[in-house]
Amino acid sequence: MTIHPTSAQFPANAHKALHDPQLQKAFNHVRSAFIDKRAKAAAALPEFEALRDSARDIKAHTLKHLDVYIEAYEAKVREAGGTVHFARDAAEARAAIVEICRARGARTVTKGKSMVSEEIGLNDALHAAGIEPVETDLGEYIIQLRGEVPSHIIAPAVHLTKEQVEADFRRLHLHLHPDRDLSDAQLLLTEARAILRERFLAADIGITGANFLIAETGTSVIVTNEGNGDLTQILPKVHIVLAAIDKLVPTRNDVAQLLRVLARSATGQEMSVYTTFSTGPRRAEDPDGPEEYHVILLDNGRSTMLGTEFEDMLRCIRCGACMNHCPVYQAVGGHAYGWIYPGPMGAVLTPSLIGIDKAGHLPNASTFCGRCEAVCPVRIPLPRMMRNWREKEFERHLSPAPVRNGLKLWAFFAERPALYRAATGLAMRAMALAGRTKGRFTSLPLAGGWTAWRDMPAPQGATFQAQWKARRRGHR
Amino acid sequence: MSARDEVLASIRRSLGVSGREATRRLSVETRLATAPRGVIPQRGQVDREARIALMADRAKAAHATVTVLDAMEAVPSEVARFLRDANAPATLRMGDDPQLAALPWADTALTVETGRSHGADLNAVSRAFGAVAESGTLALVSGTDNPTTLNFLPDNHVVVVRADDVAGDYETVFSRLRDSHGTGMPRTLNFITGPSRSGDIEQTLVLGAHGPRRLHVVIVR
Amino acid sequence: MRDNAKPAPRVGLLVTCLVDLMRPSVGFAAVKLLEDAGCIVDVPGQTCCGQPAFNSGDRATARRLAQNIIDAFAGFDYVVVPSGSCGGTVVKHYPELFADEPGLSQKARALADKTHELVSFLTDVMGVSDVKARFDGTVTYHDSCSGLRELGIREQPRRLLQSVLGLDLVEMTDADVCCGFGGTFAVKYGEISNAIVERKADRIVESGARTIVAGDLGCLLNMAGKLSRRGSPTEVRHVAEILAGMTDAPAIGAPGETTR
Repeated sequence: MTIHPTSAQFPANAHKALHDPQLQKAFNHVRSAFIDKRAKAAAALPEFEALRDSARDIKAHTLKHLDVYIEAYEAKVREAGGTVHFARDAAEARAAIVEICRARGARTVTKGKSMVSEEIGLNDALHAAGIEPVETDLGEYIIQLRGEVPSHIIAPAVHLTKEQVEADFRRLHLHLHPDRDLSDAQLLLTEARAILRERFLAADIGITGANFLIAETGTSVIVTNEGNGDLTQILPKVHIVLAAIDKLVPTRNDVAQLLRVLARSATGQEMSVYTTFSTGPRRAEDPDGPEEYHVILLDNGRSTMLGTEFEDMLRCIRCGACMNHCPVYQAVGGHAYGWIYPGPMGAVLTPSLIGIDKAGHLPNASTFCGRCEAVCPVRIPLPRMMRNWREKEFERHLSPAPVRNGLKLWAFFAERPALYRAATGLAMRAMALAGRTKGRFTSLPLAGGWTAWRDMPAPQGATFQAQWKARRRGHR
Repeated sequence: MSARDEVLASIRRSLGVSGREATRRLSVETRLATAPRGVIPQRGQVDREARIALMADRAKAAHATVTVLDAMEAVPSEVARFLRDANAPATLRMGDDPQLAALPWADTALTVETGRSHGADLNAVSRAFGAVAESGTLALVSGTDNPTTLNFLPDNHVVVVRADDVAGDYETVFSRLRDSHGTGMPRTLNFITGPSRSGDIEQTLVLGAHGPRRLHVVIVR
Repeated sequence: MRDNAKPAPRVGLLVTCLVDLMRPSVGFAAVKLLEDAGCIVDVPGQTCCGQPAFNSGDRATARRLAQNIIDAFAGFDYVVVPSGSCGGTVVKHYPELFADEPGLSQKARALADKTHELVSFLTDVMGVSDVKARFDGTVTYHDSCSGLRELGIREQPRRLLQSVLGLDLVEMTDADVCCGFGGTFAVKYGEISNAIVERKADRIVESGARTIVAGDLGCLLNMAGKLSRRGSPTEVRHVAEILAGMTDAPAIGAPGETTR
């Protein structure tokens, strides 16, 4: 569905998430699952760090030569009998897809999981054109039933408990007998599999995303565990690949490098179950596969990130490790971020795609703990880029007034050392006198954001510099 | 300007290039032509027997079952045994793969059909183009010999791979593809590592999401 | 230990705003540890390294403050900081802050190269392998983010803590997970910061340690504030206080006399 960004209401969204017991319960499963598995997989491969360097370099090289690689890629797709449709923005991409569907009289399309599809609001456009989109990734299917957007880029329904999924199935799968046991993940999956199997076989068109587009051969690559992306593309007559320009990589060998870090970083698997390389439509002699193959190649603001401090963000291979390891994401979940891409990668990418004026909170809502960069398979300097966004906000006077004024006041003193020492010396003594007997303050003027939740320990008294000076004088 | 030209122009504007720079074009051409290999894990760079063992070990770690046979002739009875143990019916679908077609299927109780699947088949057997021991991954290519639908629609998928085709790394499989397919690619190349699964509900791993619930790997020496 | 043939290194202590203002005893503990290791310590007049401005996007202020620090510490052999976060600012971010000005960039690089976080300086530069201190009780160590991920400080403090007589070091779960402080983040996004430190406090209490230590006062104020709000008896201290055997001052957030 098309989503109107609510990133500007991040604190309110976060408040809601923190008070959502289902969400908090669901997240108990995430915290250790992804993190421990990734750590184990990384430790089990001695070359892992070298592969991260290699992955970073491949993507960086591709971005520097992106125009040339796109031309090479397009020529190869054409050679294999496919078509590349360029789309400057979301509207062009939606229009191109709707046009292909209409021209073939499509009534239902199955979809593999695609974040770009969410980004362009494809499902709403298909509905509006009288075409039914069917999400086939289990998590995507669940959130489509609920009318939600993904809260995680690889685990779209990570914010839900199995009880919530059961309730949705009972509400919307009208054939279900009330006695049917749906109490665990296996039973829920069996139900979804049966429903979706029929949809796969009946679909007119299949739409997938792409993890990589290979210039060497004109190939699109998808990586899944369920096999839904494959049933989506091999059964219908038409396969449409929707992908953004940052998915380009030079060769199959380069993809092999990236695959070695992708699944390990994402789920801790050595390889995802299905890595599928698709090149053009079926060949004359092939007994199965699509008769038509289209690639919608989307820009949507990415080309303008090249050559800027945000170029490195285009290296992202969408593994989700940054959000899995982010203390803020873990606390509030993905929906609080208010658009399609959550967590640290979203905090950098979202302002690039929808504007910093609409997404100003996101790069600020980070403790700069650095764990995202520490686990990023392509070594994207996420904290640095969040700071770059803060700089842009500061330059454009978009930072909130209390923050600017507080900083200004503090900088005024900090830039005048003598005044700073005099003022802080007095202030700390005063604060110490007020707070020493208890050792802490339970409320403080101007620090409500702190003391609403925790005490502020009282200072000890004279500043270090004042005591040091006195001690020095004593020595002389 | 067309969308295509405008996207390319925007990229060039941002990168501060014209697109005609000979050095950039040469750099791309060279990379595409030479396809340099990057970091190859040592794990798979071992002799043939160790590679077979590694393949079996990694495939099992990905929840596949594995059998190593000494001859292709033993494949039909192994497939029959696997299906029996899985409580699956004695039916089997396969493509036109000549190596599979030549096997003594008549010696088993299996009813064998050939051709692509339309969704009604519970069991299928395919022959892999190759395998990657490093991660226990099978590589299957589309075509009449081994239709892609057989990789995904059945509940039980048996994949036969010749020990000689078990490589240490993905790059070796790509290199073999260059030998067999030139600069092009088959319509579909599937890397398959274990049976289908999902962790989308509460991060609980469940097998058999949309593809096969069971994957049986038969390595033939 | 230090080679006696070499002259004692002259160390400038970058005391950090929080230690200067909130907990001077950490500064004195740092001085003692450095002097015990054979350094000559001085404290040039200083204000702030500029990190709050830098992280708030105010590059101009950050640069002015950084220049003050660069000038103030130019004459020392080493600059030592009892904080991984302020240390990380000097070591990792000063060079980046002046990247487009060759002259200043060189000076920033020179300062970065001789700047170290306190505990890693003791172990990695001065070769200290044990300290002469006593502390009776169980202690758990929290890895502050910048120290851990920008400066690679992990084993050093644990090694020295284990040399303290009477001290029993226990590991808490997720010791390397952020406490939710994040500077101005703790105030701007207080509710989220709280959710993160709540979890951290749970892990601290689960560890069974009587005392939680870390190398950054910001994190310590945050964790101490949470623990005291909960009424938890767990003591919070800077790692330098324990290593220097200077634990007479009340723990962070605990009542006591005012220093004059």
